[in-house]
Amino acid sequence: MSEARVRVYGRPQGLLPDILGLCPGCGHGLFDKLIYEVLEELGIMEKSIGVWGIGCGNGLVRLSQLDVVQAAHGTAAAVASAVKRSLFGAPIVFTRQGDGDCAAIGLGYLLNAVARNEKITVFMINNANYGTTGGQLAPTTIVGQVTTTTPQGREPSVHGHPLHLPELLAGMVGVAYCARGALNSPANFQRTRRYMKTALQKQLYDIGFGFVEILAPCPPDWHLQPLDSLTWMEEKMIPEFPLGEFKNVEHIER
Amino acid sequence: MEGKVLVGGNEAIGWGALAAGCLHYFGYPITPQNEVVEFFARELPPRGGCFVQSEAESSSIALLYGGASTGVRAMTSTASPGWSLMQEGISCMANAELPCVIVDVQRGGPGQGTVTHSQMDYLSATRGGGHGGYKSIVLAPSSVQECHDLVQLAFYLADRYRNPVIVLSDGVLGRTMESLDRRTLEFGPLPPKDWAVRGSAQNGGARSVVVCAQGTADFPPYGVVLERLGNKWQAMAEEARFEAYRADDAELLLVAFGYVARSCKEAVNMARAEGLKVGLLRPVTLWPFPCGEVGARARGGARFLVVEDNLGQMVDDVRLGAEGQAPVHFLGALARHVNTSLGMLMPDRVLEEVKRLL
Repeated sequence: MSEARVRVYGRPQGLLPDILGLCPGCGHGLFDKLIYEVLEELGIMEKSIGVWGIGCGNGLVRLSQLDVVQAAHGTAAAVASAVKRSLFGAPIVFTRQGDGDCAAIGLGYLLNAVARNEKITVFMINNANYGTTGGQLAPTTIVGQVTTTTPQGREPSVHGHPLHLPELLAGMVGVAYCARGALNSPANFQRTRRYMKTALQKQLYDIGFGFVEILAPCPPDWHLQPLDSLTWMEEKMIPEFPLGEFKNVEHIER
Repeated sequence: MEGKVLVGGNEAIGWGALAAGCLHYFGYPITPQNEVVEFFARELPPRGGCFVQSEAESSSIALLYGGASTGVRAMTSTASPGWSLMQEGISCMANAELPCVIVDVQRGGPGQGTVTHSQMDYLSATRGGGHGGYKSIVLAPSSVQECHDLVQLAFYLADRYRNPVIVLSDGVLGRTMESLDRRTLEFGPLPPKDWAVRGSAQNGGARSVVVCAQGTADFPPYGVVLERLGNKWQAMAEEARFEAYRADDAELLLVAFGYVARSCKEAVNMARAEGLKVGLLRPVTLWPFPCGEVGARARGGARFLVVEDNLGQMVDDVRLGAEGQAPVHFLGALARHVNTSLGMLMPDRVLEEVKRLL
């Protein structure tokens, strides 16, 4: 008992012990785990407010020890902006969204929040399709990918090309940090944790908007086994959506 | 902030909100309510308040959702096409039980319609304009003073019931200049906002959650939510308010709200001067509608002439209230004094209809 114990792995603070209720191999559980680990690491759990978007993750509200606001479909960036401003900047406010919620119906809210120089953080999981509704075309569906609304595969002349949000946001003044990580390997998991932490620090130190896109598997809607999904991410998704940091500044001229 | 000023109804809404302690406004310019947006842009920053000009009304209502989640008194305002864009958000706020005030300064519709005035959002305001069959109290001012006073009542009722409250104004009222007596109204104590989301440190580490979807998590269970909301909306139905003007011996009762009630009041005076027994019943709450008062007057032998600047919306509520016990007549937007977007329902036209019926 006298030995000091150091926790090296386990359930992070803030994530209540309960059934996730997700599909086998889903990335949302890891995504949630990363959020709480990073908040715990930064010591900001009790001053943080999460804004949950609509999608597969929205049911995970019940597992949160955090203060959480669940937003209408797409609106999380606007809701988070107002939460931050209404409390006069005091809390750390982040959104937890999927690619349908953030990059399709929520794109206008996201870009306008950035344009207003909101000091919030947006975390967006990208699983290349609409998971909750059963695997339809998303803005992030890759070329050739079969979904229930692109039964012949995504065809650029008809459906357009995948949307690259970190690359888009890197060109906007109010963005202090944007990056893309992936949850397909332990190494990428650790890198993604660092991206998410840095993005939150940009808010914590009052620098500016932070955005992290996180590639994640969706085995049932991809019609792949969980392990095969990780291979598909490596071979198909990451070449389309390169990993790394796209912008990282310490100061924004205002 | 006390004392008299000469202002339009739109600005009076702003003064009323400040008197109610509202320091958070989210909105988007649209005619004929731009004076409301501009008022808050001018008045909130010096008071340390929070003003955000959104990129669309769908965003105004999302910002309002976020602001209200933190427990502060917050509002938005818009005009009819923007009102349409807000409906999903209002439905979510009804589910999440977020108190807030939404002002709709009505213009002509459907579509982009006109930039002037109308009373064409009556049904969408009183029936829960979005999906899911929710209820919101709808207050209808009829003067600049009432714009100011009813906004304060709206904040009180919103906090009391944890529900959105609508103030339904119109383009005529918004731009009518009248003397306004700025005063702070007291309505009594309110429950603490212990549900507000401010970071769990503000609540001894215990979490607060604002949820507008029961969906896959069923959290809290949908049946529990429906029962709680249903009971609350039933309690809200007790809040009916109205003004009866020269109504007691009236054989014909005009029923009107908003700017049209002003024309009708004048028409009542003109009719009374000619010895006609005419009065006015003016609902101040459009939902809940004062059906009981209409029913009692109907059983007492009064007939009704509903005058509203649309093609017939409130007339349905008057018929429901009268329960078939009295004839209910209608005079609508086709009786405007000119047939352009500037046309209005005028006292002399109302009097003409009164004489035709009596």
